[in-house]
Amino acid sequence: MMRRRVLVGVSGFVLVRLRPAWATEAEADALMRALVGEGTLVPGHVKLDLPQLVENGNAVSMGVDATGVPGGVASLHVFAGRNPLPQVVSAQFGPRSGRATLQTRIRLATSQTVVAVARGRDGRCWSDSVDLLVTLAACIE
Amino acid sequence: MARVLVNVPKVVKVGEPFDVKVLISHPMESGQRRGADGQAIPRMIITRFVATLDGEEVVSLDLHPAIAANPFLAFSVAAAASGTLALTWVDDEGATQTQLAAVTVA
Repeated sequence: MMRRRVLVGVSGFVLVRLRPAWATEAEADALMRALVGEGTLVPGHVKLDLPQLVENGNAVSMGVDATGVPGGVASLHVFAGRNPLPQVVSAQFGPRSGRATLQTRIRLATSQTVVAVARGRDGRCWSDSVDLLVTLAACIE
Repeated sequence: MARVLVNVPKVVKVGEPFDVKVLISHPMESGQRRGADGQAIPRMIITRFVATLDGEEVVSLDLHPAIAANPFLAFSVAAAASGTLALTWVDDEGATQTQLAAVTVA
């Protein structure tokens, strides 16, 4: 009984250690840090609309609503840290834009956390994230 | 020339935001896939999309391979007067296409 427990423990440890490091997750963090600069990144005022269970990662309807950002939005960015490339879309809003919203369809390679960052005209950054499960992956096949 | 569908409301109110929906027929090949011969399929995506209303910028987008094939884009515009909405995009082959849509303010 003891031996079995030890074996289970060892195999669990090996599994955890052998899982590949997701290089692009660190890349996504670096991109976000570069975007935020010396400002602050605070959750809130942005709404990222994505389903929590994705059946087909090839086309996932995504909506970002940053109308609540105080002082208006300069740009809006979406990152998917476990995609082969972490950037999804960046939007800059000009003088004729109405509400700071964007809808599109994206690809998701695997289950992950997708993050939306809105940069206000005052330089402050706001974020929202969605944890989702992808049953059929995109990008590779 | 890619086929495009643009949806703009028939009549809009002064200064009131309205939604514009765009559907572009484009493969948006991600560059991550391999063909039957094992060779990587070269990337071929729309990299930049800009919407202007009579020369004034509405929104500009930097698109990445994570945008699904046949990109659907919806964004908001506020018009002070009737005008022409110009949608311009560039893809990896350097092909530029512009689609015009009339905006009528009542």
